[in-house]
Amino acid sequence: MTADAATTDAPSGAEVTGPPQRRAGTSLGHRIYHSFVLRRLLRSAFVIWVVATGVFLMVRLLPGNPVDVYINQQIALYGKSYEQAAAEAQNYFRFDPATPMWRQYIDYLVGLLHGDMGTSITTPGVTVTEKIAHYLPWTLYSVGLALIISISIGLLLGMIMAYRRGGIIDHAVSIIGSGFHAIPNYLLAILIVVVGAVQLGIIDYTRMRGNHSPGVSPELSFRFLSDIGYHATLPMITYILTTVGTWALIMKASTTQVLGEDYVTVARARGLKDARIQTNYVGRNALLPLIAQIATQAGFIVGGAIFVEQTFSYEGVGLLLFESINTRDYPMIQGVLLVVTITVVLANLCADLVNAALDPRIRLGEGGAA
Amino acid sequence: MTATSSPVPDQQAVPTPAKSAGVSPLRRLFSELTRSTSGFIGLCLVLAIVLLSVVGPMIVGTSVPGDPMRAWEAPSSDHWLGLEGAGKDTLHLLIIGGRTVLMVGFLAATITTVIAVAIGALAGYFGGRFDAIMLQLTDIVMTVPQIVLLAVVGAFYKLDSPTLLAVIVGALSWPVLMRSIRAQVLSLKEREFVEAAQLLDVGWARIVFGEIVPNMASYILINFIIAVTNAIYAMVGLYLLGLAPQRGINWGIMINDAWTKGAMFNPDAMPYIIAPVTMIVLLQLGLILLTRTLDEILNPRLRDR
Repeated sequence: MTADAATTDAPSGAEVTGPPQRRAGTSLGHRIYHSFVLRRLLRSAFVIWVVATGVFLMVRLLPGNPVDVYINQQIALYGKSYEQAAAEAQNYFRFDPATPMWRQYIDYLVGLLHGDMGTSITTPGVTVTEKIAHYLPWTLYSVGLALIISISIGLLLGMIMAYRRGGIIDHAVSIIGSGFHAIPNYLLAILIVVVGAVQLGIIDYTRMRGNHSPGVSPELSFRFLSDIGYHATLPMITYILTTVGTWALIMKASTTQVLGEDYVTVARARGLKDARIQTNYVGRNALLPLIAQIATQAGFIVGGAIFVEQTFSYEGVGLLLFESINTRDYPMIQGVLLVVTITVVLANLCADLVNAALDPRIRLGEGGAA
Repeated sequence: MTATSSPVPDQQAVPTPAKSAGVSPLRRLFSELTRSTSGFIGLCLVLAIVLLSVVGPMIVGTSVPGDPMRAWEAPSSDHWLGLEGAGKDTLHLLIIGGRTVLMVGFLAATITTVIAVAIGALAGYFGGRFDAIMLQLTDIVMTVPQIVLLAVVGAFYKLDSPTLLAVIVGALSWPVLMRSIRAQVLSLKEREFVEAAQLLDVGWARIVFGEIVPNMASYILINFIIAVTNAIYAMVGLYLLGLAPQRGINWGIMINDAWTKGAMFNPDAMPYIIAPVTMIVLLQLGLILLTRTLDEILNPRLRDR
């Protein structure tokens, strides 16, 4: 899609090649689509900017802000002079208290653009960016893979439930899905450890926690991949079990609705093959509301990662945030909050773009409204 | 939902104020609710837990005597769920521990619902600039994962009371509901009864809060219960992480206490961990069953198919 949009940048090129009438139509469509992408990009950038500003205000301006707390702490605990403590705070938080606030704000934004988010307090010498870059891939890997598996299973179950409403699968999945939906993911994680590992001894918790076994180094080999898969199993099972029921129910609802549409009846009347109706007519249209949900769910799961990763000692961003909060590592907290937000914004953006690519009404409707 | 384009709008428009005037709508709802199995189970679960947590402490008292010599004692006839790490009766703690959870859950949900309904109804009814700004605002608030934001706020500023926690949870979680309320208002405001009220010139406040909002009552009720579930999820999580005040007794603190004391690996400590987890899960399950059933009862389109 992006390649398509790029090639139609020059409208003159579109007029020269191909049959004129059809090209004119796609060219107009592409221009609207192009502006839709642009608008979405701008909106995402705007959201990130607002959150960055919010973090700035929270850290620097509000009473009891971390910078003041840090300075006071240093003076009280180690008897440092104010200048000395302020200099340290300045180093950690990457700002100069002597300069006016607007100047600090500009410096902060410029720093962010260069990926500079200050230095971690608890591990001196390591920048926040480095540390996050070390932890983030694990969360993206475990949450992302779990999300894909969960959605695939949910889709399948949801479609089966919609086709056989009132059947055994429908009832079973509804009940089990509600049950697992009722268990908050952190409690499920605890239950897995307490019941599965300690009481029944099925799960070798002490060996499974962490990201990878000691001695296994990141490389593109079967050993490494199977090892990280093994260690990610428990968090992923937690994410999957707590979300799959929701996906199935959403898919069931939207499939049921699509099944009642006239074009499905017409397709049946035309004698099209069942498989074709199921994929092209029902599946494709039932999928649309699901994609919009993915973005919100992604944010929710990333938020839940803070609990789940802590329980399984899985060294992802969630655990990093938890540890930073406990040690009051403010630059780190600030960095994680920003990075998590940016991740969710990007997930939203992707969902929006995919949705627009699948459903012309969205991009055209937005274009008309604006 | 789509009142204007639907060929039979009358059928959906009728069961609002006119029809329900005869029989009390609440009673009718109640009887429908108890007729469905899952709704009945849900209602019983929620009522039982509320009763246990509200009335229970009055009977057994709120102070729990502890005998550290008898830590982690197994369940017996005197202590049905055994004793915890400081020799306190687990069942006793469990009964006392529900109050805060329920209080925070319902308070936070009330705050969320009030904010969401007020802003959503006004934004949907008036549209224009206010609507656009509010949509943009919700866009931003919905982007930041709520739990992460709560954890960070909890880290920067001491959340030293459950009430404050409830207020913050409530104040952060309204955007999703506000959006759906707004969408409802957008379709409701085209209906005849709103037009009639506009012709009578009764003023916007009465149209919005006297005509439109009561017509969404069932919808708001369902979303209120969902908000309770979400608030309980968030608050127990914060207690569990130790980011909320650890004073007092509640289920979240009990689990956190068990976890930090390493009770996970102590088979004797089983009841102390499992009990609060079970209570929270049952409460959540009850609330979810209630919402599902209410949704089916109040939303005829789901029932037909």
